[in-house]
Amino acid sequence: MTKKLWPHARPYALWIAAGVACSAMEAVFELLIPLVMSDIVDVGIANGDQSFILRKGGLMIVLAVASLLFGLGAAVASSIAGMGFGANLRRAEYDHIQTFAFSNIEGFSTASLVTRLTNDVHNLQMSLMMSMRLMVRAPVMLVAALIFSVRISLQLSSVFLVALPLLAAVVSVLLVTTGPLFRSLQEKTDALNLVVQENLAGIRVVKSFVRGDHEREKFRQRNDDLKNTSLRAFGKVVINMPIMMLIVYGTIIAVMWFGGQMVYAGSLEAGKLITYFTYITQIMMSLMMVSMIFMMLTRTVACAKRVAEVLSETPAITDSEAEIGKDGLPAGPADGSITFDHVYFKYSAGSPEWILEDVSLRIPSGSTVGILGGTGSGKTSLVSLIPRLYEADKGTVSVGGKPVAAYTMERLRESVSMVLQKNTLFTGTIRENLLWGNPEATEEELWAACRAACADEFLERMPGGLDADLGQGGVNVSGGQKQRLCIARAILKKPKVLILDDSTSAVDTATDAKIRAAFAHELKDATKLIIAQRVASLQEADLILVMDGGRIAAQGTHEELMETCGIYREVCQSQQEGGSTDG
Amino acid sequence: MAKHGHGPQGPGGPGGGFRKPKNIRATLGKLMRYLGRYKLHLSLVALLLVVSSACTVGGSYLIRPLINDYILPGDFPGLAKMLAVMALVYLLGAVCSFGYSRMMVHISQTAVANIRADLFSRMQDLPLKFFDSHTHGELMSRYTNDIETVSEALNNSFGSLVSCALNFTGTIVMMLVLSPALTLVTFATLALMLAVVKTIGSRSRRYFADQQKALGEINGYIEEMIEGQKVIKVFNHEKEAREGFRQRNESYRDAATRAQMFAGMMMPAMGNLNYINYAVTCCVGGLLAIRNGDLGGLAAFLQYSRQVGQPITQISQQVNTLLSAVAGAERIFEIMETPPEEDQGKVRLVRAAEDEAGTLTRVHRNTNAWAWLKPDGTLVPLRGDVRFDRVVFGYDEDRTILRDISLFAKPGQKIAFVGSTGAGKTTITSLINRFYEIQGGTITYDGIDVKDIAKESLRRSLGVVLQDTRLFTGTVADNIRYGRLDATDEEVEAAAKLAGADGFIRHLPQGYQTILSGDGGSLSQGERQLLNIARAACANPPVLILDEATSSIDTRTEKLIEKGMDQLMADRTVFVIAHRLSTVRNARAIIVLEQGEIIERGDHADLIAQGGKYYQLYTGQAELS
Repeated sequence: MTKKLWPHARPYALWIAAGVACSAMEAVFELLIPLVMSDIVDVGIANGDQSFILRKGGLMIVLAVASLLFGLGAAVASSIAGMGFGANLRRAEYDHIQTFAFSNIEGFSTASLVTRLTNDVHNLQMSLMMSMRLMVRAPVMLVAALIFSVRISLQLSSVFLVALPLLAAVVSVLLVTTGPLFRSLQEKTDALNLVVQENLAGIRVVKSFVRGDHEREKFRQRNDDLKNTSLRAFGKVVINMPIMMLIVYGTIIAVMWFGGQMVYAGSLEAGKLITYFTYITQIMMSLMMVSMIFMMLTRTVACAKRVAEVLSETPAITDSEAEIGKDGLPAGPADGSITFDHVYFKYSAGSPEWILEDVSLRIPSGSTVGILGGTGSGKTSLVSLIPRLYEADKGTVSVGGKPVAAYTMERLRESVSMVLQKNTLFTGTIRENLLWGNPEATEEELWAACRAACADEFLERMPGGLDADLGQGGVNVSGGQKQRLCIARAILKKPKVLILDDSTSAVDTATDAKIRAAFAHELKDATKLIIAQRVASLQEADLILVMDGGRIAAQGTHEELMETCGIYREVCQSQQEGGSTDG
Repeated sequence: MAKHGHGPQGPGGPGGGFRKPKNIRATLGKLMRYLGRYKLHLSLVALLLVVSSACTVGGSYLIRPLINDYILPGDFPGLAKMLAVMALVYLLGAVCSFGYSRMMVHISQTAVANIRADLFSRMQDLPLKFFDSHTHGELMSRYTNDIETVSEALNNSFGSLVSCALNFTGTIVMMLVLSPALTLVTFATLALMLAVVKTIGSRSRRYFADQQKALGEINGYIEEMIEGQKVIKVFNHEKEAREGFRQRNESYRDAATRAQMFAGMMMPAMGNLNYINYAVTCCVGGLLAIRNGDLGGLAAFLQYSRQVGQPITQISQQVNTLLSAVAGAERIFEIMETPPEEDQGKVRLVRAAEDEAGTLTRVHRNTNAWAWLKPDGTLVPLRGDVRFDRVVFGYDEDRTILRDISLFAKPGQKIAFVGSTGAGKTTITSLINRFYEIQGGTITYDGIDVKDIAKESLRRSLGVVLQDTRLFTGTVADNIRYGRLDATDEEVEAAAKLAGADGFIRHLPQGYQTILSGDGGSLSQGERQLLNIARAACANPPVLILDEATSSIDTRTEKLIEKGMDQLMADRTVFVIAHRLSTVRNARAIIVLEQGEIIERGDHADLIAQGGKYYQLYTGQAELS
């Protein structure tokens, strides 16, 4: 884990070192002050030497100022290092996610990736900063105070032999017992938040079915659970403070007793005894700080693990098998021909059923292919293998005569443009979104693509036209308009293969037909794969694939399928007749 | 639809920590009501706090007689006695401190749990309008951020604030007792410390605000990009996504570094000012001690002077926590004080049985007949006769969505709504179950004004399959049973069969016991819609509202479940909203809406014959968007 995280802190190694040094020096200077004080008592007061007292007082102020400067230095260095480390780590994690294949993203889930990038990294950067400030200070304080106390009186310091192990035992028992409690506290909190989140998202369902009381009961259980766990966890934590206080005070009393006798016997000066108290308080305080840091770190460790998990995830799909072209650069597909050779595919290795089973097919470049099939028949999975969004488990998928793995993903996806079923537009203007397809597109090219996707009509009516602001997630356009913009974006890539995954479902039939007509004209050479539910959208395709249960049940032209394929006929009839069976 | 997840602050933000509360006194009053039932506990806490502070402060004073009266003169039996007293004082202090912390944990955690429960409970009663005007992230942050800060503050801050104040006062008093002259020195330092707190504090607050803003920006960017990650991959847009991230990441880093730097300076500044105070006290005290020889007094004073600065540092740290807790509590109470859904209806839905003579009697068992029980005790059979009479409605008072809508659905009829997005189809159905209140006209149900029907009864009589297919974490069976909580396993399966969902459910790893999580993310949209229909079928309501219930189901599957759907719709009044015109063709009446007005109505044949908007839509000449 540290191995994964440290490289991102390394650029700040100097700052970390400086911060640690400053913290340490701050602690040492702080501890020198009581030592000078004992001189004032034992020499200055004892001898009635006023100028000695003033001189030593001046020295103490100098020490305090030095300690202040080091303290400020530590604050500066730790902020720079902590925040810098956070920024580096966040960036590394983010960049790594950019290399993820779809299956990697689904493995983590989007929400979890967001948390790992935001909350977890935030926690880590704060932890590094706080540890630099406190973690160093506490042990330095402890060791230095111990050394100074031993130098004052070795004999008296034997009280620490009892106090320190006792304290350590208490702290570690507490840490061991509260650690699991806090973890379970986190789980209970998550469980509670899940109920709230689902309730909010499904508030219409809750209200329609009058399930308010049911939801309250669900919440009450989680809430009671959370309350009981937090009572136990915090109940344990509050023991910490009084026990530590008792140990500190016990030590002070012991020192008073033994030290008092030594003072009377003359083997210890009164000022040294007073200094000794200061050190005891100091030592104990630093131990408390250590225990607090440990509590904080248990949470940090969990965050670090989660971040390290992302960083050590191997992208499921890489360019390792990509071939280099003659010009020394990776080549793209020569044309838009597609072949599937006995392809098997499933999303997770553990699932018993294949999503695609023994699929073989051959699509010549430039043809139009329609894909039809029921819910869950494998249509989307089939086309997702072409731009290599997923990797086939068995068999090969080839584009332009070569297996998809022979191209770099960048070159492959340049040539294969896919409009996803669940598509996204991003914050910004329409133009900015369209330029994703081709950053160098000219004004004319943009409008040509919009015309082909039938997006020009509403763009012309829209205030601002191409420069209209979409709002977050494209909320300022309707579903049908969004789909057409996504198609325009895909066309701008001038792809060799264009895949539309049910991308015109919210567009009316007339516009749908217009878009298809534009494809035939604008993208003459590109292979076009169209998944649709309306037979009308596919009827004129050169080849229609009928998917059923992960296999290609039939393939052929509309006319052929009407004759040979029962499923296809059924679908056509269902769409032509509507619901005429209803009385 | 509102976005899930996090508020504008983003998940990493401490959440509104620097928004100043508007009315501290009123909010504290409300908070105190939650603590109110612990009056006895709280007074005990107060007592323990005082004792524990007195012990801490008093214990240090004992150093003076210890040194002056016993150690220096060498009175060891006296020393032993005095140390025993000291041990007792400290023990008492520690026990009291444990006692009040423990009690505070109990009080605060119970109070917080109660606040949470009340908040959630109140949210169940709020009108939909409220949920429309607040994002999920915003409401979630009431639970994740606000309640958390309140809990934190109740748990630690209140107690430690009081104990700090007590310690501070006690220490000052003891210092004055020990040496008024030395106390003056301390006062000077304290004034300096306060000045530092103020300067650093106000600057650091400003930088913190910058940091929060930058944090919100980077978190927002992360959310949007990760959610659109698949599109990024398809468009090879990784490079640009990295660049956009890098810029925001760096500006957040710079803002955070500045903010943390200033915040981090507070501790060493305060700590070392305290040491300067210690040094000056040493000098002045030393000079005084030469004259009066009160060495023990000096030792005790020095101990105090090291303690006196601590409360100031602590208070300055806690004040922010406290202020943000009050601001959080304010936001929580704001929701709790939002007026709940109006519900003055007195008419209730009851089970009924009809005897041979045709008279209805109320029964308490499951029958297939329902009746409305009026406040005067008369029963009206539930038939499903819904009428709109010149209904006017707008989500905002000044923006009318529906104008003068009149329509009727006779028992057992299928009524379909057709029109573009925003024409008001879903709005009409949301008015039947009183999700929203109409501004004019009346809606009657079996002759009863819907306003006179208790909402709970009204909604129980209506089964709704919403456009937005929501599933809850739990088994498939649980999700179907959401329609009727006491449905048996057989009834659940029967409902699934009716909806055509049985087939795919049986293919799931654990069939009906398969756990769905993350809103049924592992299911396709079509499968989720089938489950939604099954849920409504399970509820078996007299009136059905299907809002785009089959939009994601492919036509072949739709054909397959048609029989089930027909069975489900038989003998019920059904309102259907559908995009696909083939699904509404067989409706008894088709109502075409445009911009909140009914522009055509009639059955399929009528409308085709009219050659109007419906005809255009049906023949694909016009677009539904």
